[in-house]
Amino acid sequence: MRHVALTVNGTRHELELEPRELLVEVLRDRLRLTGTVVGCDTSSCGACTVLVDGESAKSCTLLGVQANGSEITTIEGLARDGELHPVQQAFHDFHALQCGFCTPGMVMAAVSLIEHGEATSEAAIRVGLEGNLCRCTGYHNIVAAVQDASTAMGRAS
Amino acid sequence: MSATEERTAYIGAPVKRREDAALLTGRATYVDNMFPPGTVSMVVVRSPYAHARVKSIETSAAKAAYGVVGVLTAADLRDDWKAPMPCAWPVTEDMKSPDHYPLTDVPCYQGDGVAVVLAESRAQAQDAAELVEVDYEPLAAVAGVEKALESGAPLVHPALGTNECYVWRLDTDATGQAIDEADVVVTRTYFQPRLIPNAVEPRSVLAVPGTTGDVTLYSTTQIPHILRLLAAAGLGLHETKLRVVAPDVGGGFGSKLNVYAEELLALALSRRLERPVKWTEERSENYTATIHGRDVVTEYTLAATKDGTITHCRARVKAAMGAYLQLVTPGIPLLGAWIYSGPYAIPNYSVEFTGVFTNTTPTDAYRGAGRPEATYVIERTMDALADELGMDKLELRRKNFIEEFPAQLASGLTIDSGDYHASLDKLLEALDLDAIRAEQAKRRENGGALLGVGFSTYNEMCGLAPSRILGAIRYAAGGWDTATIRCLPTGSIQVITGTSPHGQSHETSWAQIVADQLGCDIGAVEVLHGDTSISSIGMDTYGSRSLPVGGVALYHAAEKVIDKARQIVAHQLEVSPEDLEFADGTFSVKGSPDKNATLASVAFGAWAAHDLPDGMEPGLEATAVYDPPNFSWPAGAHAAVVEVDPETGDARLVRYVAVDDVGTVVNPMIVDGQVHGGITQGISTALYEEGAYDDEGNLQTANLLTYLVPSAAELPSFELERTESPSPTNPLGVKGVGETGTIASAPAVINAVLDALSHLGVKDIQMPATPERVWRAIQEAKS
Repeated sequence: MRHVALTVNGTRHELELEPRELLVEVLRDRLRLTGTVVGCDTSSCGACTVLVDGESAKSCTLLGVQANGSEITTIEGLARDGELHPVQQAFHDFHALQCGFCTPGMVMAAVSLIEHGEATSEAAIRVGLEGNLCRCTGYHNIVAAVQDASTAMGRAS
Repeated sequence: MSATEERTAYIGAPVKRREDAALLTGRATYVDNMFPPGTVSMVVVRSPYAHARVKSIETSAAKAAYGVVGVLTAADLRDDWKAPMPCAWPVTEDMKSPDHYPLTDVPCYQGDGVAVVLAESRAQAQDAAELVEVDYEPLAAVAGVEKALESGAPLVHPALGTNECYVWRLDTDATGQAIDEADVVVTRTYFQPRLIPNAVEPRSVLAVPGTTGDVTLYSTTQIPHILRLLAAAGLGLHETKLRVVAPDVGGGFGSKLNVYAEELLALALSRRLERPVKWTEERSENYTATIHGRDVVTEYTLAATKDGTITHCRARVKAAMGAYLQLVTPGIPLLGAWIYSGPYAIPNYSVEFTGVFTNTTPTDAYRGAGRPEATYVIERTMDALADELGMDKLELRRKNFIEEFPAQLASGLTIDSGDYHASLDKLLEALDLDAIRAEQAKRRENGGALLGVGFSTYNEMCGLAPSRILGAIRYAAGGWDTATIRCLPTGSIQVITGTSPHGQSHETSWAQIVADQLGCDIGAVEVLHGDTSISSIGMDTYGSRSLPVGGVALYHAAEKVIDKARQIVAHQLEVSPEDLEFADGTFSVKGSPDKNATLASVAFGAWAAHDLPDGMEPGLEATAVYDPPNFSWPAGAHAAVVEVDPETGDARLVRYVAVDDVGTVVNPMIVDGQVHGGITQGISTALYEEGAYDDEGNLQTANLLTYLVPSAAELPSFELERTESPSPTNPLGVKGVGETGTIASAPAVINAVLDALSHLGVKDIQMPATPERVWRAIQEAKS
């Protein structure tokens, strides 16, 4: 067991982790933050994407122990004071989700893309979200939502 | 109907989804998010061989591992099963059907379960599963549908004596006379590869035993009602002892329209252990443990006169069943059996389907189920026939379009409504074909990426289904659905539906329908579903049926509520019911609008029951069960524009224009979303996805690294248009939209790739049109 301290959505947690535990397992099984979901076992689908120190990361590709000292934001930590984050709001406005399973990861990846100033065009958004798979929407409305959110956040070119 | 000028109708408006709030904030109720105290994790030990006999299983090391609760084999559980795994569609009287149980000692496909390990945690169960030593005797296997029919092929089930599961025919011209007499006959053979549905949520099952011999099954299922019936039968339980809950479900596309081994295993083991048992599929496990789609070889013939009048269509289909018959495996090809004439008036019709066992994961419903298989061969062959006739491809289509509705098909069914020319007209308006042709010519001249445009004009039958027809084609159940509308005393409306959404937005659309009919605010309407203790009967969600069956049941239930309320108001206002009109949620006396009563006040009065007509039951609620008299028949015209790099063979979609006619649209935003997703799965079929087995039955594309599910980067935005021919079959005029895009799009894309390469003499390319296949086709045409 390893002692790990990490901050998730502003709350500090001290945990004793097995070295093999994935960050996504820590979030889901230890902290019961089940908004972050698992869609694959090959780091392909992006459903488990979270922000680690502000960078989007697939939480199935990190060990919990690697997140020691990190600040993590999950989908549960995105809305503030009952207000949806602009990306969440845009996903709602543009019908960018159907079954919703890929949505937490897709939203977190989009937040990161926009905040890094990379959501500058439809083509850039499509390439920027390449690591997140959705089987319901055909991405059409996701791309539109991210473009809209990027404008709302003042990051569109 | 209550919609008037004063009140804006919800039907037809892009009402935003009420489902989103939980899904966007991480508060969804997916099965794998549930952790009841005391839960035991289950892992299935699966055969690495496509066909083998288990000689022995050594479980002692696994049983001794830390945290392990139990290790059980097929023999240990044999007495738990009171019925084999169910197949609800014995398509012919003499169909061959092997018995099939949740675990086996003769695995027949790679991934067939041979044992289960139960442990206190999932990691412990996974570790212990590695310690189960299975001694297999490999047996000869066959994976390809045509190979399995060759004489001397290994038999998937030697006891059946053949790999042929069934032969099913529908013929109006068995002699082929129309073909013999035709001026032009075009026959083409197509292979439509195996597809792996890949709902992003893996399957998950949680069985929680109760205290009275009852058990609750939480499952990632599209069919809680059908699952309850069949799982209860499998375990020998009274249906009342089994509650099935489909909480938030992360996509299905047909892959969760089944009764799976893991559901029965979790139920049986939770009862044995008296503890909750949970199993969640790994993605790579999903590739073998969850049903696949397609895998059919079709020889398709169109016969025509010189002027392009098509006189006969004939399909000979060999369809892979996989190793076993799952819930509706044998019936899937037949869901296309009546539409091999497409949107065309073709007087002579013959189809023959051969179901074939192979040592592969069972096939079953995947988005479109039988209809994409039909549309693909029709629309590919229409292009080939046009070439043969020297005729314009769209002109050939127009010449043969069905023009009068309702239209009796040679296959025997009747199309409800449509306007096929209108869809194609609208498509061409949006497309600017002249500009595309000019650009195509320029590029051919100047070199670089080639441009191609392909078309697909399609129709389909959905809204499954009239129960009598289902009976006539030997399906075990009916095709009706149910709705209950309950007016609570405060004026809120509770709606209980027999459909079970998993992304289709029923909570929003159903509220739109009911709010319009009852003239109330949409916020007053609550929609409940997906739990057999709340919605005790229903036929669930698949086959684009929810709106044209379950949605129409809502309409009829609302009518019943209004009728009862009318009786109450008439009694209280001392007028006859015929003197009352109902609009905007209010009954008023014709000619005396000040004498009125709101539906909400009637609901309270019906609950208080102080002043009801003699003999009337208190309460204001009604249930309707709706059995559709016909299928519903969406149709449309799609065009794909592709760029093909002749050096690398890379084909990329650059535009996709779709005009669909799905009847009346309840929520255009949601309908567009369904079309986007449907189109994408068909595009992906055409360009990217292929589940491939080697000759020994090893799945070569066994995870997301080797099976290409496209990302946003592979796709363009889509251009959607609609025409609207309301269905006269139902009072809402609705038809269903879940599968249209998938049915229409694959042939449009392949026709576009072939159009890009037509000047090189390329006539055929197999799906998916990967860079290697395209490049090879170009090289072969050159040599």
